[in-house]
Amino acid sequence: MSENLLQVSGAPHVHNGESTKRIMWSVVIALLPAFMVSVFYFGLPVILITAVSVASCILFEYLIQKFILKTKPTIDDGSAVITGLLLAFNVPSNLNLLLVVLGAFVAIGIAKMAFGGLGNNLFNPALVARVFLLISFPVQMTTWPKATPIWNFGFADIVTGPTPLGILKEGVKNGDAVSQLMGSEAMPDYLQMLVGQMGGSFGEISAVAILIGAIFLLFRKVITWHIPVAFLLSAFVFSGIFWLVDPTHYATPWFHLLTGGMMLGACFMATDMVTSPMSARGMLVFGCGCGILTIIIRLFGAYPEGVSFSILIMNAFVPLINKGFKPQPYSKI
Amino acid sequence: MKTFKIGGVHPEAQKLSNEISVETFPLPKQATIFVTQSLGAPAVPVVAKGDKVKVGQLLAKAEAFICANVHSPFSGTVNKIEPVADFTGYKKPAIIIDVEGDEWDESIDTSEEIVSEIKLSRKEIIDRMKACGIVGLGGACFPTHVKYMLPEGKSADYILVNAAECEPYITTDYRMMLEQTEQCLVGIEALLIASGAPKALIGIENNKPEAIRHLQEATKTHPKIEVVPLKTKYPQGAEKQLIQALTGRTVPNGRLPIDAGCIVNNIATTHAVYEAVQKNKPLIETYTTVTGKHLANRKNYKIRLGTPLKEVLDAVGIPENTGKIISGGPMMGKAMANTNTFFVKGMSSILFLDASESKRIPESNCLRCGKCIQACPMGLEPYLFRMLAVHNRLDDLEAHGIMNCIECGCCQSGCPAHIPLLDTVKTGKSKTGAMIKSRQVKKS
Repeated sequence: MSENLLQVSGAPHVHNGESTKRIMWSVVIALLPAFMVSVFYFGLPVILITAVSVASCILFEYLIQKFILKTKPTIDDGSAVITGLLLAFNVPSNLNLLLVVLGAFVAIGIAKMAFGGLGNNLFNPALVARVFLLISFPVQMTTWPKATPIWNFGFADIVTGPTPLGILKEGVKNGDAVSQLMGSEAMPDYLQMLVGQMGGSFGEISAVAILIGAIFLLFRKVITWHIPVAFLLSAFVFSGIFWLVDPTHYATPWFHLLTGGMMLGACFMATDMVTSPMSARGMLVFGCGCGILTIIIRLFGAYPEGVSFSILIMNAFVPLINKGFKPQPYSKI
Repeated sequence: MKTFKIGGVHPEAQKLSNEISVETFPLPKQATIFVTQSLGAPAVPVVAKGDKVKVGQLLAKAEAFICANVHSPFSGTVNKIEPVADFTGYKKPAIIIDVEGDEWDESIDTSEEIVSEIKLSRKEIIDRMKACGIVGLGGACFPTHVKYMLPEGKSADYILVNAAECEPYITTDYRMMLEQTEQCLVGIEALLIASGAPKALIGIENNKPEAIRHLQEATKTHPKIEVVPLKTKYPQGAEKQLIQALTGRTVPNGRLPIDAGCIVNNIATTHAVYEAVQKNKPLIETYTTVTGKHLANRKNYKIRLGTPLKEVLDAVGIPENTGKIISGGPMMGKAMANTNTFFVKGMSSILFLDASESKRIPESNCLRCGKCIQACPMGLEPYLFRMLAVHNRLDDLEAHGIMNCIECGCCQSGCPAHIPLLDTVKTGKSKTGAMIKSRQVKKS
C-alpha cells in the first residue's frame, strides 16, 4: 500500500450512522399505524388519495430539482414522501384527486422548493397546502365521510357527517349546552375518539395509532418529547381553565385533546425538525404557543379547528424563538 | 451514577485491545527526537553533532514558561540536528541519534522496585516534574509543572485523575491501571503534595468494571484517593466535563480548572510523575495502543520516544485496505499525512481505519434537527457557528461563544446531513481567536 493514498481529514473520524434518509423513513414508518386505521374506517379512497398525494409530491420535487433548479434530485431522502403522507392525512377521504395534486404542488413547489428545498423552508409544507385548500375549497375540504368499519364498506363514501369539533362549534353558536351536545347521536363517545371512529381528515382520527407512531419516533430519537408534551399539556391546561369556569359553554380538556388534528399536529406536524426551534427551551415555547393558539382558535375563532393555523403561526416565530431561547450553556449550570 | 450534565454522545467503544498486556517495543538503530514535544514554545537543543549521550540525558532545554525539557530516550551519538517532517507533514527541528547500546544516566533508578515513600517537598516535586519534562499525556501535552504553579490566592481542593479513557479504541490507560496500579497511586500522592490539595478523585467510566474494582481495592491503603465510577459518555475525559462529573463544579468561561479549585491530570501522567519523582526518570517513553477493526495483530506498546513509526507499522503489519491512519482516538485524533515520522510524547494510539470508514459521506442540506445542539457538551450551537463561520462573521461568532468550543467533535459525529461542522467551527474559532488577540494588542 502506498502512503500517499492515505485519507487525511479533520476529526472526528467516526460517525454514529444517523442520516437524513434514516430519519425520514423512520417518520414514514411511524405514520403507518395511523394510515392503517384510516383504511379501516374510510376504505379504499384513503389508499387512493395517499398514493396520489405521495406520487405527486415526489414528482413535483423531482421536476423542480431537475428542470428548474437544475440540481441533483434528492427524492430518495424520503422528505417528499412524508410531505405527501401528511398532506393526504390532512384532507377528507372523499376529496377530489385533482385537488390533492394541486395541494401537492402548493406543498412542494411553493412551501418547500421556493424557499430553497429541504431544510430551508420556513413553514410546514403539508400544512401550507392544507390551509391553501381549506381556504380555496372550503366546501370540499369540510365534507367529512362518516367513519365506518371496513366490513360496512360500500356506505363509506356516501354517508357524510360533521366532525366532533364541528358539532361543538355549531351547537355552542346555537346556544346549546355542551353536555347536551356530548349526548347527541352524531357525537362519538370517548372510546370511539381514542381509536378513531369519528369524522375528520382521515389521518388525524386515531389518537392511539398516532401515539404509537410518536413513541416509535421518540425511541428512534427522531423527535424529542418537548414539542408534543408542551403542545398537548398547554392545550389541556388552557382549555381546562375555560371548562372549569363554565362547563356549559366549554368542552372538557380531554375532548379537545382527542378531537380534530390535535394528536397528529402535536406528534407529527409541529415536530417537523425543519420548521421547529433548535433548542429544548425553544421547543417548549413553540409547543406551548401551538397549544394555546389552537384552543383560542377553537373556542373563539370562526373555524372549528385551529391546529394547522396555530402551527403555521408558530412556524413564523421560529427564527425569533431560536434567537431568544438559546440552549443552556455549560457555564450556567 | 455521576457524569457531566449536558450533551455528550456514545460512540462505539471498540476497546479491542483491552486484554492485551503492554509489551516493550525493541530499540531502533536510529532515532529522531523532536525538540517540540509539548504545548507552547520549542525547547532549545543543548547537544551538538557528535556528542555522546546516555538514556535520560537532557537534549533540549525548556526556556519559555510554557515548554517542556526533552531528554534522550537512547544512548548513542548525536548524528545531526535538522528539521524533520512530523506526522502532519510539517518539518520541525529534531535531534537525530545513532543508537548504541542502552546505557542509562547514573542518576536514574532503573530498578523494578516500587518506591512508595515520598521524600521530596512540594517545591522539589514541582521542580522535578519540570526537570523531567513531564507533560499531560491525555493528548494536549501541556507541561504538567505549570499546572502546579498556582496563581496568587488560588488553592486546589481536588486533584482529579482522568481515567475515563472516553475515546474509543484506546486502551493504554486501562492497561496502565491494571499493570502499574501502585505506581499511579504513588504518583497521585506526589501530585497531592505538589498541589496542597486534601483529596484526589479518580474518574473511571463504568464500561471498565475491572479497572474500577482493581483500583478500589488498591486505594484502600491510600485514604486520600477515591475512585469514582462514572456513567460512560463521551467526552467525559475533557477537563471541564470531568470536573463537572466528579465535583459538580463548573469552570467559568475562559477560566482554568484551578478557578474551580481543581487540577486535572491523566492517569498516564500520574505514572510519569511517579517515575520522575521516585525514580528520577524523565519522560522518555510513550504508551501506545496500536489498533483497528481490521488489524489482527493489536498491541499495547511501551515505546521509546523518537522510535520510527515505520518500525511499529512494520511490526504489526498495516492491514490491507487501510484508508486512514490516525494518531490518537477516532473522535479527536489527527489523521496522519506522513507515516515516515517518529514517536512523540502523548502519541497514545495508532489507529487504522478501513478505506470504507475513511471517506466522508457527502454533505446534504442542514435539517435544523438540533442534534448538534443536543450533543454539544458546552451547550453551544454548532449549526449556527457553521453558518456564521462560512460568512466570516467573527463578531457574531464571538458573541455566540465559539471560543468555549472544546473541539470534541460530538456535533459532527451525529449530524444526519453529514456536515463537517467541526472543520468550519475550528476555522471560525481560530480566526475569532486571532481577532480577539489583535484587539487586545491594540488596546495595550
